[in-house]
Amino acid sequence: MVVERVSHDFGGRRVLDDVSLHVAPHELLCVVGPSGCGKTTLLRIMAGLLTPTAGVVRLDGDVVRGPSPRTAMVFQQFGLFPWKSVRANIAYGLANRGRRDPERVERLMRTMGLADAGSLYPRHLSGGMRQRVGLARALAVEPQVLLMDEPFGSLDAITREQLQEELLRIWERDREVTGVFITHDIDEAILLGDRVVALSGTPGRVGRDLRVPIARPRTALGIRSDPTYPELRAVIWDALRPAASGAAH
Amino acid sequence: MRTGWLRILSIIALLGAWEWYGRHTNPLLFTYPSAIGLAGLQLALTGAFWKALGQSLSVLAWGLLLSVVVGVAAGLAIGRSRIVEALLQVPIDALYATPTVALVPVIVLWVGFGPVAKVVVVFLFSVFAIVINTARGVREVDPELVEVARSYLAREVGLWKDVVLPSALPYVVTGIRLAVGRALVGVVIAEFYTSIAGLGYLIVLYANTFQTAKVFVPVVILMALGVTLTWLLQLVETRLAPWQALEGR
Repeated sequence: MVVERVSHDFGGRRVLDDVSLHVAPHELLCVVGPSGCGKTTLLRIMAGLLTPTAGVVRLDGDVVRGPSPRTAMVFQQFGLFPWKSVRANIAYGLANRGRRDPERVERLMRTMGLADAGSLYPRHLSGGMRQRVGLARALAVEPQVLLMDEPFGSLDAITREQLQEELLRIWERDREVTGVFITHDIDEAILLGDRVVALSGTPGRVGRDLRVPIARPRTALGIRSDPTYPELRAVIWDALRPAASGAAH
Repeated sequence: MRTGWLRILSIIALLGAWEWYGRHTNPLLFTYPSAIGLAGLQLALTGAFWKALGQSLSVLAWGLLLSVVVGVAAGLAIGRSRIVEALLQVPIDALYATPTVALVPVIVLWVGFGPVAKVVVVFLFSVFAIVINTARGVREVDPELVEVARSYLAREVGLWKDVVLPSALPYVVTGIRLAVGRALVGVVIAEFYTSIAGLGYLIVLYANTFQTAKVFVPVVILMALGVTLTWLLQLVETRLAPWQALEGR
């Protein structure tokens, strides 16, 4: 997936300025940035939910002009339908594609620790469980690219760490999907990403684009003792500082 | 549990006080519960009473049915389309604010004194509550869920079925609940002002002849109708919207 010189204005105010990104197949790219840097806007453009003011997004060379069957999205506020059971929420994307695959849904529920929750409604679930459903719904459609918009941003620290490790586990086992993960948490970006892009300033620009050299499998605790971690973190921090964003351009 | 007892206690106290006070006043002007019960039994033995009840019920049923069909359809259209909203908002707000009683003479002028006029009155009394609430329900649809539906490739039909209708449902039911109350008023007013029939007729007849206990029989029946219909609506809502009801309230 390629983002080519994308800019976006909201009501005359520029929120994204000339952003270019390349996401390699089977790579997990983390986009980290402070709030208001346009990172969610960037993801919505990649998902085809928003047409950029300038520039294009390409998926396998095709310009993305609307929501694509090859991408699936995980939302920050989970985006579950309160009137659908867990099972029906997970099957939602499949159903819209005219597919019925109860076995796949059940298998995903087991993988995500939702085996006994199938007939419950979202309101009966904790935040962590809800986002498991959100993740399962996205994985159910077997997307080529998984787009995640701060999926763990509204969870408490402990739950967040659990879900990060689960995502890592799924990711490191299969490596079938390409992922774009938006976050404002530098540690989360380093923990999950093959690459970290720091989006800085208002409007958002690409500050740094770094490869994370830490070997997989990773754990939240493990990465902190990796020798490259402190410097990596410092470099990203530096790129996110408002002063640095001007200098980087 | 404890408040349940309080409710029963309050009813018993109220009826007891009424009974005691009623027995000590002029029976031409006031009455008491046991006298009403007795009068009810007497009336139940007459064909005229059942005929009147049937007339009122059929007016109520037709008027409400028409309101629900027209009201929900109009509400959905107004809530979903800016154009329809712009066209209908002002007339509907104006008619909703107008005391519908004031229109009854005009309705008589247009459609006569017959049952059709009564149905029209009930319809006008009740329809706007449904229109306004339904439109609000459609407008209050969570934009994030619309986005979720779009990103998972929902078509317009699916958007309605999976997002708009379920999220508007509680508002529609609220609208119908308000409409039931207003429709009951409409039935009685229509029966007062158009050709004399139904429970309204019985009220006028017995009041004019100072049979006070009998006056209260149709009044109690109207009250019971209101309570029963509201309760039935709640039942239907729990049936249609199980995601709301599962939690113990």
